[in-house]
Amino acid sequence: MKIAVLYPELLGTYGDGGNGVVAVERLRRRGIDATLEYASIGDPLPDAGLYLLGGGEDGPQRLAADLLRATDFVSRVRDGAHVLAVCAGLQILGASFSVEGNDEYEGVGLVDVVTRRGERRSVGELCTKVGERFLVGFENHGGRTTLASGLEPLGRVLTGRGNDGATDGFRTVGVWGTYAHGPVLAMNPWLCDEILESLTGRTLEPLASAADRLYEERRAALAP
Amino acid sequence: MSTSRGPRAHVAMVAVRLVNWLSRVSGRGSGTVAGGRVGLRLDPDLLRTLSENREIVLVSGTNGKTTTTSMTVEGWGGSVTTNDTGSNMPPGHVAALVASPHIRTVLEVDEAWLAEVIGRVTPRVVVLLNLSRDQMDRANEVRQMAERWRTALASAPSDLIVVANANDPLVVYGAESAANVLWCDVPTTWMADAVSCPKCTEPLDHDGPSWRCRCGFTRPSPITTSLVDELVVDTTPVTLDLSVPGEFNRANAAMALTALAAVGVDPLDAVARVNQVSSVAGRFSIRHWGGHTFRLLLAKNPAGFAAMLDTVPRDTSDVWVAINARVADGRDPSWLYDVPFESLAGHRVWCFGDRRLDLATRLDYASVAYVVVDDDAAVDASDEPVLLLANYTAFADWLARSTT
Repeated sequence: MKIAVLYPELLGTYGDGGNGVVAVERLRRRGIDATLEYASIGDPLPDAGLYLLGGGEDGPQRLAADLLRATDFVSRVRDGAHVLAVCAGLQILGASFSVEGNDEYEGVGLVDVVTRRGERRSVGELCTKVGERFLVGFENHGGRTTLASGLEPLGRVLTGRGNDGATDGFRTVGVWGTYAHGPVLAMNPWLCDEILESLTGRTLEPLASAADRLYEERRAALAP
Repeated sequence: MSTSRGPRAHVAMVAVRLVNWLSRVSGRGSGTVAGGRVGLRLDPDLLRTLSENREIVLVSGTNGKTTTTSMTVEGWGGSVTTNDTGSNMPPGHVAALVASPHIRTVLEVDEAWLAEVIGRVTPRVVVLLNLSRDQMDRANEVRQMAERWRTALASAPSDLIVVANANDPLVVYGAESAANVLWCDVPTTWMADAVSCPKCTEPLDHDGPSWRCRCGFTRPSPITTSLVDELVVDTTPVTLDLSVPGEFNRANAAMALTALAAVGVDPLDAVARVNQVSSVAGRFSIRHWGGHTFRLLLAKNPAGFAAMLDTVPRDTSDVWVAINARVADGRDPSWLYDVPFESLAGHRVWCFGDRRLDLATRLDYASVAYVVVDDDAAVDASDEPVLLLANYTAFADWLARSTT
């Protein structure tokens, strides 16, 4: 199983590379062979089962969108590859986004969402309800993301802002998007396992780790 | 006091002294920020007035500000005014200048306030150490910081001397707009924030300490070069024998000595004094607590942590790490995943602080042995002194709860 972190030098502002480490570890600890690859500027798109896109500053975000648009990333995801995109990565997957000023920039068009500059930055802890579970994390972005009708958000916001104060991210076949940046898979072991079960097509054994206590602590703090 | 200062400035200065005295005797504060704030409210021009007729060196950057400021103060020799309380924004500067009349002045400046402070105090020298990600909840994206430096230095007086790290592309971008720059080739290992060109966002080509972009932006030629303990400060060879650990402190010393050379201090005289600096506001100091002995290190962000992890001796078992995520630390501990904790494999890490579970999870995924310390009494007594790496408020907590 190959997991690829895309353009960590552009989309890695918030410790986002941690998601790759966590996903690989959670596979290996269950005896599933997994490798982690980092694709830098200039590298061809690796042939991976799961792609990870992180957060980044405005200029690097535009460059990452350009780089990704020039690859067959979208058709690979449509052919079954999975992707977790956070923050700037989430915005890049959409049809378009505005960052500096209000200049509209073209995304890769994998998901039918648009992001416009919000009235103020959203900075702080984020907690959403995803089905019967909670997603905990931290957000720091200036975007307001609008989902096309029929597109399912990943979660309903309990604390923080997410897309627009009501919902966070999106969820389609093989695609997870959230504004909870950085080590979202470390803080939410259930989300990591949900992605990995979809990726492997297997039911994974429960895996006790330090993350279980961390998740419970953050959930209790943010969604009492 | 200078007669050029008007009555408004005098009233403001008296207020600074009074409020700071009240703050100290009432035990509410260390007496550096409250008075400065009141003074600036009474006289918004107070910082400028207090800076007149002084010879001022400013020190800024993400990491090493306090240590480099201290090295510059000690290296200068004689009586020097400085803000050695950790208050590195204008109220802290005002308090330091009111409290001490010496012409020689070295001020540590928060990197986000540097542009404003340069405009007010007309410094002789500005030292720019490094720029990297820090306190990510404040949206102070590191490229914006470099842009603000660049704008401020472009309009600074032409006799200002900038001492800047030539190996850090973001610092070079921020400093190259100044008329006079003394570039320093100093150890700079954290490059994760300077992979793409600050000018055009194309990838930079790195070759050892050198780097260039095809847009033409490239590493400038240094006048100070640092190789382990041998240093050349503007053609003068100098040997470092520092009392503080780590390669990053050799970089700090090289830049302090270059700044001092710019104000006319012979590097050979200055280095003897810089070598004596052994502990800076508790950093690097040996402390005692509950029967344990530890060396207390401050590390606030990935670059600082990476530098401190390099100082952990391979043959020690236990390392203590304390992490908080309070306002002064930045509320977002995501940066733990940018710290190369994998280098602690083979050690056992005791996790302290409000966010010890975030730390433990990070260490778990890095395959490093750890103990979550929910109860301080459960800490094993150790015969040997341990290293305690702590971020900002955790460092303050441990300094307060331990003794020398």
